[in-house]
Amino acid sequence: MNELSEVLGKPLKYVGLREVYGEVLTRLGEKYENIVVLDADLSSSTKTSIFAKKFPERFFNMGIAEQNMMGFAAGLAAAGKIPFVSTFAIFASGRAWEQIRQSIAYPSLNVKIVATHGGITVGEDGASHQCTEDLALMRVLPNMTIIVPTDAVETEKVIETIVEVKGPFYVRISRAKFPVIFDNDHRFQIGKGYILREGKDIGIIATGLMVSHALKAAFMAEKEGISVMVVSMPTIKPIDHGLVLEVARRTRAILTAEEHSVIGGLGSAVAEALCEDEPVIMKKIGIKDRFGTSGKWDELIEFFELSPSKILEALRELYVRKLR
Amino acid sequence: MNNPIDEEKINRLRQIAKEIRKDVITMIYRAGSGHVGGSLSAVEILTTLYFHKMVHDPSNPNWSERDKFVLSKGHAAPLLYAVLARCGYFPKDEIFTLRMLNSRLQGHPSMGSPPGVEVPAGSLGQGLSIAAGIALAAKLDRMRTRVYVLLGDGEMQEGQVWEAANAIAHYRIDNLCAVVDKNMYQLDGRVEEVMNIDPLEEKFRSFRWNVFTIDGHNFKEIIHSLDEAERIQGTPTAIIANTIKGKGAKIFENNNRFHGTAPTEEEYLQAMRELEEDQ
Repeated sequence: MNELSEVLGKPLKYVGLREVYGEVLTRLGEKYENIVVLDADLSSSTKTSIFAKKFPERFFNMGIAEQNMMGFAAGLAAAGKIPFVSTFAIFASGRAWEQIRQSIAYPSLNVKIVATHGGITVGEDGASHQCTEDLALMRVLPNMTIIVPTDAVETEKVIETIVEVKGPFYVRISRAKFPVIFDNDHRFQIGKGYILREGKDIGIIATGLMVSHALKAAFMAEKEGISVMVVSMPTIKPIDHGLVLEVARRTRAILTAEEHSVIGGLGSAVAEALCEDEPVIMKKIGIKDRFGTSGKWDELIEFFELSPSKILEALRELYVRKLR
Repeated sequence: MNNPIDEEKINRLRQIAKEIRKDVITMIYRAGSGHVGGSLSAVEILTTLYFHKMVHDPSNPNWSERDKFVLSKGHAAPLLYAVLARCGYFPKDEIFTLRMLNSRLQGHPSMGSPPGVEVPAGSLGQGLSIAAGIALAAKLDRMRTRVYVLLGDGEMQEGQVWEAANAIAHYRIDNLCAVVDKNMYQLDGRVEEVMNIDPLEEKFRSFRWNVFTIDGHNFKEIIHSLDEAERIQGTPTAIIANTIKGKGAKIFENNNRFHGTAPTEEEYLQAMRELEEDQ
């Protein structure tokens, strides 16, 4: 863990994204009287409970009924409210997918779905509660903007930003605490990726927790003589097409990294952009088309081959392919 | 229930309903497809809402103080379009662009297209939840808005309807009134044979709703039940409207071939003749 601190040039700090979400939402609740918050009996886990405590008259626990919750949110938005809807990622994106499609995305209503417990870092609860499909499920919906914050700092900026922008959003945050990458002056913009580290041999495009792993892997690769660029890509849709092409032109080799299935998520979005406009060699790090399992979250990172050392292996492989 | 309802008003509503029926049948005939049966069964309900009960302004569809109607059984789109056009939400002739490319009148409604359509519909079971969100927002804003939602009886098989019914009672959303167009049929046949939903009245009561069961073609009963629903505080109201699928022309009535099929020219002319003769 010291390596990351060295990479970042600052002491390492782990902060939970959920806690930040709950706090920012509550702060925004003061400023925006139109914010209403809906949860499906998971408010103490999603941390919308913080908002509920401060603004009980604007918090609606919808019980364990996600489909109805999305419909309520659509109606509230149609009537001018700004509903934030939270539950675990798999229940938001999976259980209520068609409600999101029909009642929210199709009429492009101003509903902010902030799903917690994305990915496999949910941990011990196992496959039923982990979510490695949500980015794919949401990407295919017209009108939907998808954001995966990199760390706690960015989470705060993301929530502050989307409250001001009309339209449906899907924001995916995690249960696990993430290392803080950005400084407080980080300027988040929807649809923008960020070059966190320059390099010329390979470009890693990563999202969420995997940004920190990519930074560590790049640091290790450099010691082996491989120069690696690292890009954080918080907006999965619309993807920063221009930046993806720029990274490809400059490095001619791309590695994507995400805590999501290798099908349909960031890797697919990058591949779609590249194969149409700038074909280069590419590899994807992600969950290899399988369900999760129980374990401690850091054990699961190893088990599903999402660790910095696995990224390093992929970098070596790509580097050899590039030289051939 | 004692205040007498003006006979003249009822007659006027009856005349409007007849014209709307003719519009609906003509729209579907010209489009070559569409849902005749489930549109015609709800003509009196929508006519009463739009020409008697609801506070709305067709020249200002987004007027913030309007009452709102949510069509949950989206396949009755031709009926909603015919009613909105007759109110003046959009040019009358446009109703005959139903289901055509580049028309604002899709086979199932899209939000705001044409003007007056509050929310999208077509995928069954979602309208009650959306209507509830709209009604809840009105309560938060201390508006007097009332929200009406029309559901089909087959639609009551969707689980989401009951999630919504539970939540609406829980949050005491009493400015919402759900009308179930109980025309006894769904695409595959009689509701009681495909998947029985009865006893519907008891179901709603057990979900802590106030319930009226009425003749859905009788204007007086529709008006009375809507008025009563408005008076009741703290509890949402469901009106179970017993209707005849395809009501208005004998060839359509209780003939489930016309669930989603357009009439032939001969059937169309016969139906129109029947409506003309019925004075």
